[in-house]
Amino acid sequence: MEAALFVEKNVSFSPASIPATPLRPRRRALILGASDGLGAELARALSSDGYSLALIARNKEKLDALCREINTNGGDAHPYAHNVTKYAEIPALLLKIVAELGGLDAALYVASVNLPPGGMDKYNFENDRQMIEVNLIGAMAWLTPIAEMFQSAKSGQIVGISSVAGDRGRVGNPAYNASKAGLTTYLEALRNRLTRHGVNVLTVKPGFMKTEMLKAAAGPTPFAIEPSFAARHIIRAMKKRKQTIYIAPIWRWIMLIIQHTPSFIFRKLSF
Amino acid sequence: MFSPFHTFTTFENFGHSLQASSYRVAIQRPDDLYHAFQVAKKLGLKVVARGTGLSYNDASLNGGGLTLDLRGMNQITAWDPASGVVQCEAGVTLEQLWQRIEPDGWWLPVVSGTMKTTLGGCLATNIHGKNNLQAGVIGEHVIEFTAMLPTGALVTCTPKKNADLFYALIGGFGMLGIFTSVTLQTKRIYSGLLVVEARPVRNLREHLADLLENAPNYDYIVGWLDTFPSGQNLGRGQIHAARNLAEGEDSRAQETLQLAYQRLPDRLLGVMPKSLLHYFMQPFVNNLGWRAVNFAKYISSLRRHTFKQSHAAFHFLLDYVPSWERSFGRGGLIQYQSFLPQETAEDAWREMLRYSQRQGLPSYLGVTKRHRPDEFLLTHSVDGFSLALDFKVTDIKRAKLAHMLQEFDRIVLNAGGRFYFAKNSETNAELTRVFLGAETIAKFKKLKKRCDPNRILESDLYRRVFT
Repeated sequence: MEAALFVEKNVSFSPASIPATPLRPRRRALILGASDGLGAELARALSSDGYSLALIARNKEKLDALCREINTNGGDAHPYAHNVTKYAEIPALLLKIVAELGGLDAALYVASVNLPPGGMDKYNFENDRQMIEVNLIGAMAWLTPIAEMFQSAKSGQIVGISSVAGDRGRVGNPAYNASKAGLTTYLEALRNRLTRHGVNVLTVKPGFMKTEMLKAAAGPTPFAIEPSFAARHIIRAMKKRKQTIYIAPIWRWIMLIIQHTPSFIFRKLSF
Repeated sequence: MFSPFHTFTTFENFGHSLQASSYRVAIQRPDDLYHAFQVAKKLGLKVVARGTGLSYNDASLNGGGLTLDLRGMNQITAWDPASGVVQCEAGVTLEQLWQRIEPDGWWLPVVSGTMKTTLGGCLATNIHGKNNLQAGVIGEHVIEFTAMLPTGALVTCTPKKNADLFYALIGGFGMLGIFTSVTLQTKRIYSGLLVVEARPVRNLREHLADLLENAPNYDYIVGWLDTFPSGQNLGRGQIHAARNLAEGEDSRAQETLQLAYQRLPDRLLGVMPKSLLHYFMQPFVNNLGWRAVNFAKYISSLRRHTFKQSHAAFHFLLDYVPSWERSFGRGGLIQYQSFLPQETAEDAWREMLRYSQRQGLPSYLGVTKRHRPDEFLLTHSVDGFSLALDFKVTDIKRAKLAHMLQEFDRIVLNAGGRFYFAKNSETNAELTRVFLGAETIAKFKKLKKRCDPNRILESDLYRRVFT
């Protein structure tokens, strides 16, 4: 009896336009950082894949507009305005969301800020702290109770949007590198804990993406991709229950070279 | 703050075809219930009570809310072998009960097809058995019960005292209150055996005529319906009619009433452990294989015969092969049961069976019974018959199956039939209004408001059929 709980039920879910019934249930996903860019594209893509959605972001107007858009297209999206650094609010809000969705099958942590100090010789602790608080501690604060739930239920899927920036500490934006390196390692540790309980943890490492955040980049931005392209890639990886993906895929090879560049060379580079 | 995240559990229905995740709370005593209601109110969570979770559909599923596990409230608090009155907590299983009372010469008045169900669950769904015409539903044998309402109040109900609550909580699917203690009148038996007559019926007309004619003459009657043949043979099957032995009829009564005599064998032909049997059944549970199995069963049923069988073996057919529902594969199974008046049953079921054959979605098990109406508010019974059909759920045919069950709903309503909430998983609020009637629903909603003003008790089933 117990062993059967580990079997991944590969149920076909109903498209958004057909009302859910017990035999045709909907999957439910929570997206943190859903109002812009990749988060919003993930919301649109998951909705057309038949998911009911809880969308979280700070900006209530943008969130409401996105939910209206999804719901007029036959989807089922619920907005929750919240700042991921308000850690104390999280348990109660998570309970509310899971109750309103009627369960939870996937959680996607997309929330992220990138505040570069503005040059190789500039330092800004305020910016650094914000990046760590949103990109890393926010993820831990949300994914801790979610990991607890999924481990206990022996099912579920966690997706964390990290970055290629976490693969190596570079001169431009040390704290951003640190926040994403921390997130990558945290997600890996969660994966090692949870895989044995039937839970999939996917780490996504995008390179440059054509969003608001791209404006923070100082130099050239090769292989920049559209967020809608990234969203499709991520959903495909979720279905295949992958562990780590780079988008665009070429970044896997670029980062392989960068990760293996010896320190005595890396120290002299200005990127 | 109360943090329930580590208790998040995926619950299923009996057929493993429906899932919902919720926070599990173990209940040992009425105080725990009170505490759980308080927590739920504070956190804004919905609550459902669950026993062994053997409903065919979403009656004890509550996605995202609290699921109260009542299996811990399982004490038989009083048993009087002189009068046959038993008092127990709601989490007691029928297995515990019959094993306690049977050696003293008593049997449960109404039982489900498996003995693993809890009494609380049986009352909440107001179960019927193969003796529905003679004995009615289980609620008719309840002398008294106590239930906790979500307000924390304990109410004691009998058919006379708090009668409105008595007739609404029984068969109320746990949406008004949660049973804490039940007093039940059991039935005298003079032998551990039943006399069972088996005979074939060649088509649906003969099938229903046999049930109609013979039900008054036996204690129990049930039909097996071969769901595969069409045309003239549609509805053929086998009738099993059984009666209790009278006093003195069984010369070895002292022996047959002992538990050792009643135990179901755990090995097939004394060799093969039955707990493994479902793996060997799996290759046959498809349209082709099961047609052959049904054909063989019908051929073997052509021989009329009479035999003696123990109570446990006759009643608890679903326990004969442990975990048999697993043989339906990953997608599990769903049961569709319709209750139809005598006059319309034949035509409606002919239409349903043909429809399912045309769709390539034949039922793998058909069971017929004879019924009579009862007094309970959300009653499913009619003066007529019921047909229960088991369907295999597969990923590719999910949508088709759901559509077919909705089509069945239409056929049943047009024929003046009723549904049983413990079975039909696709029935929606709109159809429920048609079958229960606005007046009954208004009455139930009024009681709901009185018992549960903060709308704490809600299952997936309740949200589906009442909102």
